[in-house]
Amino acid sequence: MSQRRVVVTGLGATTPLGGDVDSTWKALLAGQSGVRLLTEDWRELLPVHFAARVATEPADQMERVEMRRLDRSEQFALVASREAWKDAGSPDEIDKERLGVVIASGIGGVITLLDQFVNLNEKGARGVSPHTVPMLMPNGPAANVGLELQAKAGVHTPVSACASGAEAIGYAYEIIKNNRADIIVTGGVEAAIHQLPMAGFAAMKALSTRNDAPARASRPYDVDRDGFVLGEGGGILVIEEYEHAKARGAKIYCEIGGQGLTSDGYHIAAPDPDGNGVQRAIKFALQNSGLSTKDIVHLNAHATSTPAGDVAEANALRKALGADADHVAVSATKSMTGHLLGGAGAIESVFIVKALQERLAPPTINIENLDPAVTVDVVRDTPRQLPAGDIAALNDSFGFGGHNVVLAFKSL
Amino acid sequence: MALSQADVLAGIKEIVEEVAGIPAASIELGKNFTEDLEVDSLSMVEVVVACEERFGVKIPDEKVTELATVGDAVNFIVNAAA
Repeated sequence: MSQRRVVVTGLGATTPLGGDVDSTWKALLAGQSGVRLLTEDWRELLPVHFAARVATEPADQMERVEMRRLDRSEQFALVASREAWKDAGSPDEIDKERLGVVIASGIGGVITLLDQFVNLNEKGARGVSPHTVPMLMPNGPAANVGLELQAKAGVHTPVSACASGAEAIGYAYEIIKNNRADIIVTGGVEAAIHQLPMAGFAAMKALSTRNDAPARASRPYDVDRDGFVLGEGGGILVIEEYEHAKARGAKIYCEIGGQGLTSDGYHIAAPDPDGNGVQRAIKFALQNSGLSTKDIVHLNAHATSTPAGDVAEANALRKALGADADHVAVSATKSMTGHLLGGAGAIESVFIVKALQERLAPPTINIENLDPAVTVDVVRDTPRQLPAGDIAALNDSFGFGGHNVVLAFKSL
Repeated sequence: MALSQADVLAGIKEIVEEVAGIPAASIELGKNFTEDLEVDSLSMVEVVVACEERFGVKIPDEKVTELATVGDAVNFIVNAAA
């Protein structure tokens, strides 16, 4: 049997910039920030008073009764998956035993967990919703999408903190490659804007505290960056075996060439300053895709706007790509979306697919003074045209725990 | 406090519509919760807890399985509240 190839045939999203892919992409190219002051009173408990909430509430996109049985992360997964499935041409006639779902979340249904704990304390055990466990389990987003689409080739949820979304897509890619499925709905979601997870991140000094200018707070690569901005939402891709997509006449965006996975073995939360794990992940992603550093024209960076992380990553990129880094347009889209944790690698993959399609690298906003330690070519303020012809792009994602995931996408 | 059958039926209609999204107009005394109204087991727990709160009665778990139809539930609640 010849090598199975994997292509992208559908996209969906719900993000701080828009309720779907089109509105999100337009806002991204326009350099808009999705970060806003929180309106909840509990913000006063925290040193951070802002976050990046989704632009469109799920309540405006789904039925009320459906909403009440779903955690917010599951709502995001269904909203974005429905868009992606429709974008893929709603191929409901396919063999469901060859349809899979791989959707990640970094934290799972943490808001449900915390809300129901309040119910338990206030109303007793009878006050705890019977939907609590299906709502808080981290595989809930994948499971609900799998149920809706009647996917029977396997429903999975990799968990690797902020690398989860990218790892999900990589795992889905492997499943198709290994001939266990022909089509997979994959990506990542997160819904953790709540006082407890925010207090936890704040206690790590991981969050920006720029309360006087929330829209300027997420500033990857700027010398005055002071932490990430928590975002919510998710991105979903429909990926498919190439011949399967061609046979049903699907619109094909691009190919997923391969992935590289490594771990640091260094620290539970801090990046390895040497960046060895990141470099190896890039090398493996290129090898597995049959690409060289010369082919890469764009990279959507993990760049969360933390003092240590951005420079460690940029150094690793420079080392891994060498002189070829000079022609790689690096975009840090978290400057606009905030950090979607388990949704980050997925929404950023959606952005790469759009960038390859439209030959436009999205901008990075809020860089007033570029950190001189950053030696990669950052796309600033306005989108940059990407070259014609065969091009490729990388998405790198890292997670607490020392997880490194790099996905390679190729034009087709 | 005594409850009328009509009051309890109206209350159950509201609860089932809220919890399970089934239009109140289609909820009648003879309808079976599981087979006719397709209220699943998790939603049934929500219906029971909501009925307890609303009508101030206790519906023991072992009784719930005996309440197959809307009429069964109405009768149980009317008797329990009497």
